[in-house]
Amino acid sequence: MAKKPLGPVRRAFSPWDDPSEQPFIEFRNITKRFGNFVAVDNLSLKIYKREFHALLGGSGCGKTTLMRMLAGFEAPTEGQIFLEGQDLAGVPPYKRPVNMMFQSYALFPHMNVEKNIAFGLEMDGLPAREIKSRVHEMLSLVKLEGFAKRKPHQLSGGQRQRVALARSLAKRPKVLLLDEPLAALDKKLREETQLELINLQEQLRMTFLIVTHDQEEAMTVADRISVMDKGRILQNATPGEIYEQPNSRFVAEFIGDINVLDGQVTKKENEDVQMFSSVLGDHLDVRYPTPASVGDHAALAIRPEKMRISFDKPAHPGTNAIQGEVWDIAYMGDVSIYHIKVAETETLRAIVANTTRLVERPITWEDQVWLSWDSDAGVILTR
Amino acid sequence: MTDPSLSSTGITRSETVPAPRYQPEAPENAPTNPKGGWGRFAFICVPYLWLLLFFLVPFVIVAKISLSEAAVSIPPYLPVIDWSRGLAGLWEAAERWSLDNYIWLTEDALYWQAYVSSLQIAFLSTLLTLLVGFPIAYGMARAPRSWHPTLVMMVILPFWTSFLIRVYAWIGILKSDGLLNQTLITIGIIDEPLVILNTSIAVYIGIIYSYLPFMVLPLYSSLEKLDTTLIEAAEDLGCPPWKTFWRVTVPLALPGMIAGCFLVFIPAVGEFVIPDLLGGSSTLMIGKTLWVEFFSNRDWPVASAVAIVLLVLLIIPITLFQRHETRRNEGDV
Ligand SMILES: Nc1ncnc2c1ncn2[C@@H]1O[C@H](COP(=O)(O)OP(=O)(O)OP(=O)(O)O)[C@@H](O)[C@H]1O
Ligand SMILES: [Mg+2]
Repeated sequence: MAKKPLGPVRRAFSPWDDPSEQPFIEFRNITKRFGNFVAVDNLSLKIYKREFHALLGGSGCGKTTLMRMLAGFEAPTEGQIFLEGQDLAGVPPYKRPVNMMFQSYALFPHMNVEKNIAFGLEMDGLPAREIKSRVHEMLSLVKLEGFAKRKPHQLSGGQRQRVALARSLAKRPKVLLLDEPLAALDKKLREETQLELINLQEQLRMTFLIVTHDQEEAMTVADRISVMDKGRILQNATPGEIYEQPNSRFVAEFIGDINVLDGQVTKKENEDVQMFSSVLGDHLDVRYPTPASVGDHAALAIRPEKMRISFDKPAHPGTNAIQGEVWDIAYMGDVSIYHIKVAETETLRAIVANTTRLVERPITWEDQVWLSWDSDAGVILTR
Repeated sequence: MTDPSLSSTGITRSETVPAPRYQPEAPENAPTNPKGGWGRFAFICVPYLWLLLFFLVPFVIVAKISLSEAAVSIPPYLPVIDWSRGLAGLWEAAERWSLDNYIWLTEDALYWQAYVSSLQIAFLSTLLTLLVGFPIAYGMARAPRSWHPTLVMMVILPFWTSFLIRVYAWIGILKSDGLLNQTLITIGIIDEPLVILNTSIAVYIGIIYSYLPFMVLPLYSSLEKLDTTLIEAAEDLGCPPWKTFWRVTVPLALPGMIAGCFLVFIPAVGEFVIPDLLGGSSTLMIGKTLWVEFFSNRDWPVASAVAIVLLVLLIIPITLFQRHETRRNEGDV
């Protein structure tokens, strides 16, 4: 199979940094209650035109509810939603330029794949020829060309998901809401579809709001990520910021793996902070802008890939080094994760890339090693 | 066989179980096994036995009577098969059977008119029952979950009173100085009482009222199963609610609609009590004709012929329709 030419280079895109830019979608102080239960709690969020925004969060944190309010199936208990500056209150779902891909797919069981995809186009009153070509285009996008005449019950779970995706894409809405669109696909197809989604979004200049449980997926596709918990957004930032500068323990632990050490600030000079960790019984240096002041309790968080292990104590200034014993090694293929016991009750993780094909590793179980990291590798978490 | 996932999970059969040793154990629930075979056979047979006993046998008896000739005797027809003489008796009787009664039905326009009028009345009242029943079933299905048992109970509740008494009660409501007319006159909507009783309108009212539960229940059961996210999906794709109703709700409720229509139409065609009590002499229905033949004229053979023709009239189109439906559902693979 011939390789497709690569798409255009993804340009830097950051309208949220531009104060003159108007948000395309704005949730303003949205609260949604079901009886006494607060599903969405005084949430505000601005999404910009052509942004690919991901909602990330545990099950039941209110992601679907947020989308349903934007699509018009649920009215906010308090607050307003704006689309292009227009208040959406009272606009029925069928008049909103928003399409949603349902978490449960919601394919029409009495229509075949083709009819399902054509449904929204027929509603727009497109000419039959155009509908046909658009349906065909969508079918080839989701690789279901041979399945046009099948009914939904004659498809596999992953195929149904792709039909649902095709149906929501077919209308090329201004805003596309995707509720876990790729969860049922295998890894390869999922990665392909992710790239297709990105390409499509660039081509059609649509704004995407995607819900996913897969943080890697969120990192891959999204311009910005909102991490949600209990109906609130904890952090809304680019994937890089979310990963490197998480603003809270929840965000830090939700995205990727991280070592967290509780401690107390003992010295502070601008960004140069010294913390005392009672578990390690040691002072640690960090360079990180933090509101915490001397005497405050805070946590130091370091990603495992930013940790090094060695037999000899590293001598650079500005490097933290603690001694420990190799407790466990998890071989992942590309990398190995070393669990280093640094105190009776504490192990820290370090990731080492497997740069050679050696099965015999120089550092192995029960070795006494030094675990070190640079002072600008860590993050101070105050909540 | 070439599925790579099978071999990767290690459940390739040839690896784990040597084929020749496995085979003798295989036919565990094959029909040769007397226990499993008979059990299944009996299970399948029960409904057929039931049909044979309570449908086919009576049908054959009625068909036989329809070929006989009316007579002043007990039973009131001839020939009577003399079973004491075995097959010879049957043969003797069979030689005297004739199709005269059927020919008679075609000669008297009364029967033909009664059939047509019955089908017309049944058709129209089925349609009206559907129109009345759909909103009721829809409302029930959309009501809060916790109400459903109560609502279903309310639909079934009228069955706890005798059918005859309920139809009788309508006489009291519809007659010229009945409840309906008195109410309308008191309110001042009409000055003269409406003539409803002993017209076909009263028959329609009676049929719709009596058969409504048979329409509502199957409709409710298919509407209740309808996933509300489908409605949302349609609206999301730009379909206004009334269009969603026609494009999503109705097609998905179709099985319930068809079942309900059959359950109303079939008994309504042969209905006797309602036209007799509410329709007066002006309404012609085959059920009444049948009654008159049986009990007033004591002409069992003609009455039987009327019944057989009615059955054929109903069964043929229904079978054709159902075959068409099955084919349509399997068709677009
Ligand atoms: N119609 C409703 N009535 C009552 N509670 C509801 C309703 N819809 C949602 N909830 C509750 O609101 C909370 C948020 O639900 P939501 O569907 O938005 O979660 P989610 O973040 O999409 O979760 P998941 O990742 O599992 O899909 C849940 O606790 C849920 O039980
Ligand atoms: Mg959800």
